[in-house]
This record gives sequence, structure tokens and C-alpha cells, in this order.
Amino acid sequence: MIDPAQNIDGKFDVLIEGKKIVGLAKPGTGKRKIGSKAKVIDAKGCVVAPGFIDMHVHLREPGFEGKETVVTGSQAAVAGGFTSVACMANTVPVNDSQAVTGYILSKAKQAVCKVYPIGAATIGLSGEKISDFGELKQAGVVAYSDDGRTVMNAELQRRIMELARWHDMPLLVHAEDQNISADGMMNEGYVSTELGLDGNPAVSEEIMVARDIMLARFTGCRLHVQHISTAGAVELVRWAKKKKVPVTCEVTPHHFTLTEECVGDYQTNCKMAPPLRTVADRAALIKAMADGTIDAIATDHAPHGILLKQIEFDKAANGIIGLETALGLALKLVQKKRLTLPRMVAMLTQAPASILKLPGGTLRENQPADICIFNPDANYVYNADNIRSKSKNSPFINWELPGVVRCTLVDGKIVYTG
Amino acid sequence: MKLNRKDIVGLKDLTVDEINLILETADGFRDIATRKRKKVPALQGHTVVNLFYEKSTRTRTSFEIAAKRLSADTVNFTASESSVGKGETFIDTVRNIEAMHPDVIVVRHGSPGAPHMLARMIKPGVINAGDGAHEHPSQALLDMLMIRDEKGGFAGLKVAIIGDISHSRVARSNIYGLTRMGAKVRLSGPATMIPPGIEKLGVTVAPTIEEAIRNVDVIMMLRIQLERQNKVLFSSLREYGRLFGLNEQRLKLAKKDAIIMHPGPMNRGVEIDPYVADCQRSRILNQVTNGVAVRMALLYLVTGGGN
Repeated sequence: MIDPAQNIDGKFDVLIEGKKIVGLAKPGTGKRKIGSKAKVIDAKGCVVAPGFIDMHVHLREPGFEGKETVVTGSQAAVAGGFTSVACMANTVPVNDSQAVTGYILSKAKQAVCKVYPIGAATIGLSGEKISDFGELKQAGVVAYSDDGRTVMNAELQRRIMELARWHDMPLLVHAEDQNISADGMMNEGYVSTELGLDGNPAVSEEIMVARDIMLARFTGCRLHVQHISTAGAVELVRWAKKKKVPVTCEVTPHHFTLTEECVGDYQTNCKMAPPLRTVADRAALIKAMADGTIDAIATDHAPHGILLKQIEFDKAANGIIGLETALGLALKLVQKKRLTLPRMVAMLTQAPASILKLPGGTLRENQPADICIFNPDANYVYNADNIRSKSKNSPFINWELPGVVRCTLVDGKIVYTG
Repeated sequence: MKLNRKDIVGLKDLTVDEINLILETADGFRDIATRKRKKVPALQGHTVVNLFYEKSTRTRTSFEIAAKRLSADTVNFTASESSVGKGETFIDTVRNIEAMHPDVIVVRHGSPGAPHMLARMIKPGVINAGDGAHEHPSQALLDMLMIRDEKGGFAGLKVAIIGDISHSRVARSNIYGLTRMGAKVRLSGPATMIPPGIEKLGVTVAPTIEEAIRNVDVIMMLRIQLERQNKVLFSSLREYGRLFGLNEQRLKLAKKDAIIMHPGPMNRGVEIDPYVADCQRSRILNQVTNGVAVRMALLYLVTGGGN
């Protein structure tokens, strides 16, 4: 059992009653404590961890139910060991009102994991007018974000941060100077030169990370940098943390696994925002994951159908699905000894729970019994037929990955066995 | 010898032997243009579709004339790039054309990599007639035929390419082809038009046109695309012409027998002085003539012809 929040890495029985965790016991003694009628889940050879929390997914509902729905997204989530997901606001209509938040939450009742909506920072993600933060918070959003876009007006961003702080909510930012990135379709560098594709240079991300760090220092707002992708941006966050600026950040499995070279022969499943970066950037990300500069792993699960992926590269949509491959790709870093297993678990559990102030993320007494049991030593081939998500846009299809999820529990109920 | 591929999507992956085969085949086709009856039966019964998603006069005409001189049946298909949700996708259009059993599809498309995607998906041969800022193999091959005619070969030859390298498919294809054949390529243009990492393709970058063309055998001027002006890559056409335009004075820096090339269409008075464009050393119209022979060779070779 690994529970970074309690600093536990050892053999224990985890005791569950109803929806909650009621305690831990020495191996084999749990049943005595809880009563002989108790059901036993044998987790021999496996890691028992708090259920993973993905603080960055796109569930596409309302508006793009052909790509994913709250329910199908939740099914993909639990297959990947996730028990909670936070879904971004770029739906149609945009989640900038209590009506849309309420709609998502009503769909979430049928979901097999917990779903936490994120409210848009600006109306219609326009970057022009601030959403009703109070109303959204009351309706149930756990953070504000214009994910996918950047609020380019620094004065507006300042006010957004002031209000977010006042509501004691974090602001999640997609950092990209849209004037610089313009028509950029991949990282700007040798590979974009070779392919004749417009580039999106690292500096477009770094400028905005720098700006938002300074604004967070100025306003005191809890700032969370989404899908950090460059060595320079990591350096800025490292500096900010040293200066006690309230900043956190996340990295996606594709950014710590792939590089710009993967675009290769115009592979649209390697088209992302931010784009896949260089080998040096990837090395900096992995180092920052290990030293704590990067707090969380988040997938940026972005389902798209073939209509937006099996087309010309410059017209293809950004993003890939990620819920079912995150564990395997993270475990590859553990296997290569770039990351310890407890650190990996912390980045998938404790960190996102603390950033979004969500229940769970730990197996402490009285916490919800959200649990992921996985075998880190078993391998499998990620194949298109077994994908739970409604979309299959992944560059990892046919990869052999470590880490088979054996069982996922949400509120004490088994929602997935593999 | 035969070409062992059904597609010509770029010069990046053509071997020295393949390039030589194409140039020699083109050389052999050249005299057809001077005959009274400009037609041979080589591609009789073959269908060539020119699928153009971007405006083009000379390339499309050149491919059409090339196909007709080989007795192929040609169809021109001019399409507008439809974005998703508006009309048919590129793939669907192509699948429809494929269903009519053409032998070769010549494609020009604004999206880099579009011909490559096509080549992977369909049976007929695919010839890339320009894909975005990526490659323009038939143009580079006709440039190379021109250079070979004039200089006898490529080894050790110094070639300067001047202009907007970032957005030039002509530059990329020429860089691949010329460096593979042993020429030394120097580039120059405003800093905003030199893409990052270009040196890794085996070329050198000179800060000024003067440095770039000093002692070269070939000067290749690129068209400055007026429509890119709103991208703030340089201050004005006047400034560009003053700093990077080829004029008589600058021409003196090159070797005495240096030739001047331009893929067209030219902006006289911007990248090239109007008199220089027509001077004795200019090969701009000869390039166009060579274009037909090169395209005949490509059509002939991708349909299985050999020498």
C-alpha cells in the first residue's frame, strides 16, 4: 500500500465500511477487525493506492457527445485507475454558467467516477468578460480556467486572479501567447523547419508563465500552470516556488514521454497544444517531476473523432486521449528509475486533491474509499479495440505498457476490474 | 533502370541514383519539344489527374503539357480547400477520383504533408506538385537539370538561395537535392525568413546577400510572397529590395559565369532588378522549358517506365 499523504509505503490491509475508509491493519488481520462477513479483495503482488485524480480532462459534454460523454469518459477513467476527474469548460455551450455546470453534474450521476466541473474564467472563453465566479462556485465548480486559450489581456487576468483569490479558488492557466503561437502547429525548431510546418516556439509558453507568476505574486491568487512543456517554463515555476509565490503545475504523460520528432511523417496524433517539445525539454520535465517542481500528472484527455484527426496535419485538431495510458507511461519512468513509485502516486493523488481541494487522494481514515489497485510488474499491449473512451486518438496504440489496473473502487464500490 | 517507387513526394528521400535517373530521362525527353509533332505514345491509355488545391498557372500547365506530350489523358481538377464541416474532405475527394482508376495523381495542396498522406492511402502514383512550405520536387528537379546543363554536374558547385527560406518549398526541395548531389548551398535572407535549425540540412547561412553570392556558380532568387506581408516578416518591399534584391552591382560578386535562376512568378523590382531578370545570365525562361521535360520524366517513371 502506498499513500504519500500519510507517508506510508508498506504492507497493510485497507479497511472499508460503506463508502469510507475506516482504517488500516497489519496484513491478514483486517478481517478480524471488521467482521467475518467482510468481503476481501486480494491485492497480492499489487499496489494499493488512493484512486487517481485527473485534474485535466475534456469530457466533451455538452456539445460533442460523438467524441465522448461524461459517462464514457468516466468509464475510461476507472479503467485507468482514476476515481475522480475535473473536466474543462470548453464544451458547447461553454461551462460559464450554473445551468451548464448543473447539466454536467446531472450527467455525472450516471458516471462511474466522480466528476468535478471547472468553470470558464471568461464568458464563452472569449478572454473578454469575467464569468460569474460566485454563481459558478455555488453550482459546484472546483476551479476556474479558460483551458485551451489564454487570457491575453494582462489587466483582465489580474482582475480574474483577484476575484479567484477572493472566492478562494485556484485559477488554472493554459499559458500560450497567442500572438506568438499564431498558426504554429508544432514546436518551432529543426523538425518544424524540415516539415515546413509553422512553429510554436517555447517562448510563447514561457512569456505567459512568467506573466502569470508575477500576477499571482501580486494578487496572491493560487495559480496552477496546466500542461507545462518547456525547460524554461519549469525554471520559472522553480523560481516562483522559491519565492513562495502560490503556484503549482502539472505535466501530461505525452509531454514527459514523446518529443517533437514523433510528429515524423505528419502524425496527427502527435499534434498537441502545447506541442511536443525537444529532448532537452522532456529531460527538464522529468527532473522537475522528481524534485517536486512539477506537482501533478494530468492527462489533458482530449477525445477527437477521425474527422478531426485523419485529415491534413494543419487542419487536424490538437490533443489525444490519455486516461487509460497515464499509469503505464508514468510507470515507465519508475522502471527507468527517474521517479520513485511513491512520488508517482503522489503526483496522481495527493497533489491534484490538494490543488483542487477535493476529497480523496489519500487512504486516511474517514476519507472516501476511492482506491486503485494495480500490478506494476504486469505488462499489456494498449490496443485500439480495448479503448473505453469513445474516441481512439492516441499515439500509444500498440505500445506495450507496464501497470495493469486490477481493481478500481469509488466510494467503496468496485467500478472496474481488469 | 527503373524507378522503384510509385510516388514522388519529395527530394528528401530520393537517392543519388534516382535523381540521376530522373534527370537523364528528362534529358532524353527534351527534344520532343522541338519536333514538329510534339507527341510520343509512351503513356497512351494512361490517365493523369491534376488535383490542384492551390492556385497555379505554370506548374499545372507544365504538368498538363508533359502528360499530353506523352499521350496520356489528362483531367484538371481544381478544388478549394474545404475545412471540416464545409463540404467534402480531401480524403473523400481523392477516394472518389481513385474510384475512376487514374494512373497518376498530381497534387498541389496548401497543407504540408498532404501528398504524403495521399500516397499512403491510395493505389495510383502520387506526384507532389507543392505542399505548403514543405516540398516542390518537380521544381527542384528542373532547377537541377538547368544547373547540370550549364555546369556539367553538381560536385563542389556553389549555389546561393536568397529569400524567404522559411516559407519556401522550392528552397527545401533544392536544399535536399543539391546537397545530396554534392553541391554547397548557401542561404541568405532577413533573420525572420531563416527557419531555426536549417543548418542541420547541410547548408550555411550568410547574413547578407553579398556574402551569400560571393564566388557562387548559381544564384537562385526566391519570390517574396506579397501575401505574407501581414505576418510582419519585414518592414516593406522597398526595404527588402534594397537589402536582398539582386542587382547588377551585386551580381558582380558572383563568378563571371554564374547563372541566375528564379522559380517564378517574379516580382520585378523587388527580389530581382528588372534588367537583371532579362540579362544574358538569366536562365529563368529556360527553367520553364526544362520543367516540361522533367515532368514528362516523372510521369513516365512513376508509371513504370525505364530507360
